Amino acid sequence: MGSAHSVPAEMRELADRTGFTSEQIEHLHRRFKQLSQDQLTIRKENFDSIPDLEFNPIRGKIVHAFFDKRNLRQESDGLAEEINFEDFLTIMSYFRPIEMNMDEEQLDRFRKEKLKFLFHMYDSDHDGKITLQEYRNVVEELLSGNPHLEKESARSIADGAMMEAASICVGQMGPDQVYEGITFEDFLKMWQGIDIETKMHVRFLNVDTIAHCY
Amino acid sequence: VHASPWLAAACFHVIPSVSSIVPESCLLIVVGLLVGGLIKGVGEKPPILKSDIFFLFLLPPIILDAGYFLPLRPFTENLGTILIFAVVGTLWNAFFLGGLMYAVCQLGGPGLNHIGLLANLLFGSIISAVDPVAVLAVFEEIHINELLHILVFGESLLNDAVTVVLYHLFEEFASFEQVTILDIILGFLSFFVVSLGGVLVGVIYGVIAAFTSRFTSHIRVIEPLFVFLYSYMAYLSAELFHLSGIMALIAAGVVMRPYVEANISHKSHTTIKYFLKMWSSVSETLIFIFLGVSTVAGHHYWNWTFVISTLFFCLIARVLGVLVLTWFINKFRIVKLTPKDQFIIAYGGLRGAIAFSLGYLLDYKHFGMRDMFLTAIITVIFFTVFVQGMTIRPLVDLLAVKKKQETKRSINEEIHTQFLDHLLTGIEDICGHYGHHHWKDKLNRFNKKYVKKCLIAGERSKEPQLIAFYHKMEMKQAIELVESGGIGKIPSAVSTVSIQNINPQTLPLERVLPALSKDKEEEIRKILRTNLQKTRQRLRSYNRHTLVADPYEEAWNQMLLRRQKARQLEQKMNNYLTVPAHKVDSPTMSRARIGSDPLAYEPKEDSENLPIITIDPASPQSPESVDLMSEEPKGCSGLPPSPEEDEEGLVMRVKEPSSPGTDDVFTPGNGDSPSNQRMLRCLSDPGPRPEPEEGEPFIPKGQ
Repeated sequence: MGSAHSVPAEMRELADRTGFTSEQIEHLHRRFKQLSQDQLTIRKENFDSIPDLEFNPIRGKIVHAFFDKRNLRQESDGLAEEINFEDFLTIMSYFRPIEMNMDEEQLDRFRKEKLKFLFHMYDSDHDGKITLQEYRNVVEELLSGNPHLEKESARSIADGAMMEAASICVGQMGPDQVYEGITFEDFLKMWQGIDIETKMHVRFLNVDTIAHCY
Repeated sequence: VHASPWLAAACFHVIPSVSSIVPESCLLIVVGLLVGGLIKGVGEKPPILKSDIFFLFLLPPIILDAGYFLPLRPFTENLGTILIFAVVGTLWNAFFLGGLMYAVCQLGGPGLNHIGLLANLLFGSIISAVDPVAVLAVFEEIHINELLHILVFGESLLNDAVTVVLYHLFEEFASFEQVTILDIILGFLSFFVVSLGGVLVGVIYGVIAAFTSRFTSHIRVIEPLFVFLYSYMAYLSAELFHLSGIMALIAAGVVMRPYVEANISHKSHTTIKYFLKMWSSVSETLIFIFLGVSTVAGHHYWNWTFVISTLFFCLIARVLGVLVLTWFINKFRIVKLTPKDQFIIAYGGLRGAIAFSLGYLLDYKHFGMRDMFLTAIITVIFFTVFVQGMTIRPLVDLLAVKKKQETKRSINEEIHTQFLDHLLTGIEDICGHYGHHHWKDKLNRFNKKYVKKCLIAGERSKEPQLIAFYHKMEMKQAIELVESGGIGKIPSAVSTVSIQNINPQTLPLERVLPALSKDKEEEIRKILRTNLQKTRQRLRSYNRHTLVADPYEEAWNQMLLRRQKARQLEQKMNNYLTVPAHKVDSPTMSRARIGSDPLAYEPKEDSENLPIITIDPASPQSPESVDLMSEEPKGCSGLPPSPEEDEEGLVMRVKEPSSPGTDDVFTPGNGDSPSNQRMLRCLSDPGPRPEPEEGEPFIPKGQ
């Protein structure tokens, strides 16, 4: 690609798979070593060493997402005990910025991936839909930075939001129908107006990413 | 003469075909031309747009309106791009144009030879700035997508600093014998002083205004005054010290808004919104009219070479500038600017009255060719406003540029947005990358911990954003619901989904009400109650037809109709969590029933205890609710005339007595028909009136 010295084969393979450039991978590797204290894997406890993360109301969910096997593209379900660098990169790849030379189909897949990641964060019991209780949990966590707030407020906001979601996804409902929960398709519908592909990204380095193919 | 501009504007809006082709600004200029011509024809000297009046009185309202309602999120997200266009773009335009015009002047023969480099550079700096008034006027009508709108508009606001610096610089230099390097360096530094100083002045006044609003809970009536006063003072102070007044005004508006809005009452908020819209509307109209009049009135000196080459190079400079800058900017942007975007940005670089006023300010002593400059400036303004202004709409359609999406802000979106913000901040922290989100989060935390405590009164200082948003939406929905009266289109998508559909275990009575603060809840209740009670008191005048018809039967029909409405209303109210749609009569409802029932009989005992709410669907209030959230006034749709209206004969409506604190201004008079309600800029509801005495029906029984 331009670097004179030979790039190790596994690095290149990683680059191909996750879409990062070698510089970005090196940078992230350094960070990984920092977090893991030079071990090969990271556990949940390692994330406690990040000071700024303390203030984050949803840190529990974020850390959980790193160990969620669904995000690690593994066939099985559940939580992993520890993750290695490759898994770390895999999670990070969800936050890659959009590239200009993507076509419609790639864009759509890109978007779905990011939304799937978000969906997994909301759906904590891994049953494929976001139930009212899980949604309430999300709102409670978001408001957890305000200790004097009563639980009632969080609950009713979640209820209102759920009703709105139901009316978007299903429309008119009779009094006997019950809306089980937000499925992934409904979730996609809710996010239709928002350009998630342009919003959900983190700048890793100011370097052009190589065009990558799945 | 004085009324003609507004008559013209009013006619303009009534004739739809004209407004779809010709933007309003063009029409106003034409009216100005006509008026000026008329005055000249009569033999009088038409007034010219004096720069003082322009800068002191006409410009600030427009800028304040823009700044106070500036969509902050897209602005800050694109701030880098906007700054580059504003600063580098304007500098490029000024020097490129100035230099080329100097070359033209040198080659242009005896008429132009004497114009020096400095004069040309000054001319370049005057004409190169994109004008916010013109941009607003044109872009408002084409409803382009948010990104492009904020880019062009933001650029037009922020380039004021550059224009101010360049203008004063070149003006001063023109009187110098010699320009040294030191002068140039000082000039360069003064740019930072002017822009940052302007922003600082604005921030200071903004904080003072926010602080003042914390203590105004007992004098609600003058709350709007503080907003206007402090903003104007920020502008004047900045202009006094030759800092950028526009940037001060924008900064003041942006800084004070979140805190002021948390502190002031709902009525004050509405007042501020509509006063700002009104003033900026008036200013805009006056500015364009005066431009037209000044064109007729001014002394012109037409020089073909100069004018044509100005026009030509202006366009070229703009296009080149945008192309080069975009190429540079796209390296750093995530969402790249497409060629279509670039075209719109280049095409949207309109010049306007600021350029004219600046040119007018030049004095003859140093700039003998002032008239020629003015002629050229006016030509460029006319060209951009007429040609570019008129053609931009068909071009936008032709190029299929993304239009603004009318998305309603929903609670879901708010939750997701906040969630995403926190998620991205967390990922940035894990990466060890101190990016955009990290600093924004830090600023938010600082804001919450220190600033909000100082500037927001009472317990609202601790209210998290999500809750505040939720309350806003609830309030808005409550008002919408009542104003629409149960019949007619309710703007919010109210479906039949109720709490039972999502949580079957909850019994309907076991409704969980969020912990509203007491006065918030009281405010919502007050609004509902007084709107429910606000009935058109129908005193039937003497009319043979009504006497002949069977009063009991008519009353029966009315009651059925009313019950049907109430049932619909009830069902819709079921969806709202804070408005208890009790089956049991709450004191609120029973008071409403007694007070509003003009008919002289008691509702039957077995009538399902439905609250009989007389809400007149043909109320002269505007059918479209006050949209607290959106900044643009929405167009109203008229309500279909109620069937009751036709039944009655002459109906005399008693105007309720006014009392201190009520704005009678907005109360429409008699003889209002639903068709009168089609106004482009809606009047809000007059707000709750003081309650009539409890328990006393408006019309005594037996009548």
